[in-house]
Amino acid sequence: MTDAELRPANAMPPSDKALIVVRDLVKEFPIRGGGLIKRTVGHVHAVSGVSFEIRAGETLGLVGESGSGKTTTARAVLQLQRPTSGSVVFEGRELTTLDDRQLRDVRRDMQIVFQDPYASLNPKMPINDIIAEGLKVHGLWDKSGPDKVAGLLREVGLRPEHSNRYPHEFSGGQRQRIGVARALALEPKFMVLDEPVSALDVSVQAGVLNTLSELQERLNIAYLFVAHDLSVVRHISDRVAVMYLGKLMEVATSADLYTRPMHPYTQALLSAVPIPDPTLERQRERIVLHGDVPSPINPPSGCRFRTRCPKAEEVCATTEPPLAELEPDHFVACHFPEVVEVGLAEDVPVSVSR
Amino acid sequence: MNDEQTSTHIPEAPATMSPAAAPEELVLKVRNLSVDFPTSDGVVHAVRGVSYDLAPGEVLGIVGESGSGKSVASMALIGLLPGTARISGSAKFRGEELIGAKDKRIRSIRGQRIAMIFQDPMTAMNPVHQVGKQLAEAVRAHHDVSWGAAHKRAVEMLDLVGIPQAKSRAKSYPHEFSGGMRQRAMIAMAIINNPDVIIADEPTTALDVTVQAQILETLLQVKDEVDAAIIMITHDLGVIAGMVDRVNVMYAGRTVESGDAFQVFDRPRMPYTAGLLGSVPSASKDTTLLTPIPGSPPSLVHMPEGCPFSPRCPLVQQVCIDTEPGLASTDEVEHFSACHRWEELVDDPEPRLLFRRKQVAT
Repeated sequence: MTDAELRPANAMPPSDKALIVVRDLVKEFPIRGGGLIKRTVGHVHAVSGVSFEIRAGETLGLVGESGSGKTTTARAVLQLQRPTSGSVVFEGRELTTLDDRQLRDVRRDMQIVFQDPYASLNPKMPINDIIAEGLKVHGLWDKSGPDKVAGLLREVGLRPEHSNRYPHEFSGGQRQRIGVARALALEPKFMVLDEPVSALDVSVQAGVLNTLSELQERLNIAYLFVAHDLSVVRHISDRVAVMYLGKLMEVATSADLYTRPMHPYTQALLSAVPIPDPTLERQRERIVLHGDVPSPINPPSGCRFRTRCPKAEEVCATTEPPLAELEPDHFVACHFPEVVEVGLAEDVPVSVSR
Repeated sequence: MNDEQTSTHIPEAPATMSPAAAPEELVLKVRNLSVDFPTSDGVVHAVRGVSYDLAPGEVLGIVGESGSGKSVASMALIGLLPGTARISGSAKFRGEELIGAKDKRIRSIRGQRIAMIFQDPMTAMNPVHQVGKQLAEAVRAHHDVSWGAAHKRAVEMLDLVGIPQAKSRAKSYPHEFSGGMRQRAMIAMAIINNPDVIIADEPTTALDVTVQAQILETLLQVKDEVDAAIIMITHDLGVIAGMVDRVNVMYAGRTVESGDAFQVFDRPRMPYTAGLLGSVPSASKDTTLLTPIPGSPPSLVHMPEGCPFSPRCPLVQQVCIDTEPGLASTDEVEHFSACHRWEELVDDPEPRLLFRRKQVAT
């Protein structure tokens, strides 16, 4: 136990199954002054030393409130925004030192699906061109190309006959499926899904989530699933990382994190999520956090959560707790971790014969 | 145009009338409210005959997906729709007809007796005026008081909704507030004239969950403080489950199910509601497979014949395609459903799985 507590985050041993290993990832954005000479007057500490790994074929959920740095983390992993420091190793290859041309090759294996299905598809391109674009860019377009596009459309649950249509002819859910088909075209090993269903209605959202799960099972793609909706993340993820103000607070398997969270922030977050069941919803006790997330320009010293933490003590302001493995595969960054059993799981009978 | 025909399907409201409350006691009595928007593509039937009652202090949830007409139906009450909207039906606020009332009269009710909280507080507030001044303005719009007195009231309200150092924060501009604080200020503005009804249109959708929890708690507290009823419009079934007395589920411009929260969530009598409940993942349990509702909502311009949900419904029969069912009583008291086949759901122990079983079967 003490050993584990003392072990700093970056000593997390990379397991041999890891597809992506992220270590001490930092991304800061300079703030320039308003004068003639645009001097740097400070930094937005968007991501401050985040370490995690993603294994082949698994889904890592990354949750956090707005401004926690989850999207920046995802983009820095893909090198869409170059990290300030830290390392990202994809299949044994360090990405942060690659130049743009070298990165292009690696990007075949790493794709992204964006949040807004209305803004992320070119309105002037028919969808077969949108999906084929990646193949063409990478010089993989040949006679079999059109068949491939038709296959991809079928794969994501769309009709190949519609491939000549333009994005505006599709609904939000269908557009998001087009975005998934585009990402799949190059047969990636890893996909970032940045809030892929948050713009969709619930009945449509379920269909897209199911498609994503099926594709993963069949094609063995690893997902980094970024979302603020804890219910969706629980549903889709194998493991979940909770982020707050640029730092990871807790990383655990989905089952562990949701039934026995150890970090006070995770506990508060879970207690705040409304449950669509009036009986449970009205019985449970809620930990209401006070105040707002502090500014990432001037993050609190020590533990970044301490300003809103009900357990905060002096040590929290002076020393930053490392992300330590307190139980197998359960990492927590807190001076006073404590298991809280969330005993809601058994109350709802789900007897499904599939 | 088949307007006439559509409205004949709607029964003279067995609606959601609680017999306990005599009509005089109701703050709001909406009957057969319809809203059409003429467009170049044809007439959009955004709301098609909605009826409901609101008792004093009651929290009514209106839940539906985008395009179901949930916001339009509420905006119509307080004259917030564009001039092109064709509104028919009746909406009585304490016995006074709102539909077709003079602009001047509506203006005196809106903001004073019926207040509104919008989804996005950044666009709902004026960015170039101090928050305190905007709240004071809301007071002065309806009461003949001095700026000083109005401002004092504004500070009191900001304090009530939990803004720290209300006096100095009243001098801030909206952009200086965080999202949660702006929404608190919106709530303060809504309650500043002691309204009878607060219409909250997706008040927490733009907020993070921890802030959402704070805001909902605040909203319920201040509601009791000023003794107002709330119409809570949202797509979030979780928010509805926790706080409302009654729920109206809307689909394609109509109320398709109405009942108290426990009835609607635990014993839905409309396949759409059952499907909606089956398609949401929950943070409280492991869901192995979500069951989407196949298809998509109908075009509000070219409505299908019969029940608008019939193309997506697993229980569909010929009668559903032929005639649109009205909102009618079910086996439970005060629980209404607009479905020909609601009885199919009565003996179903797990109605949330309705769509999954049907998909497995076919």
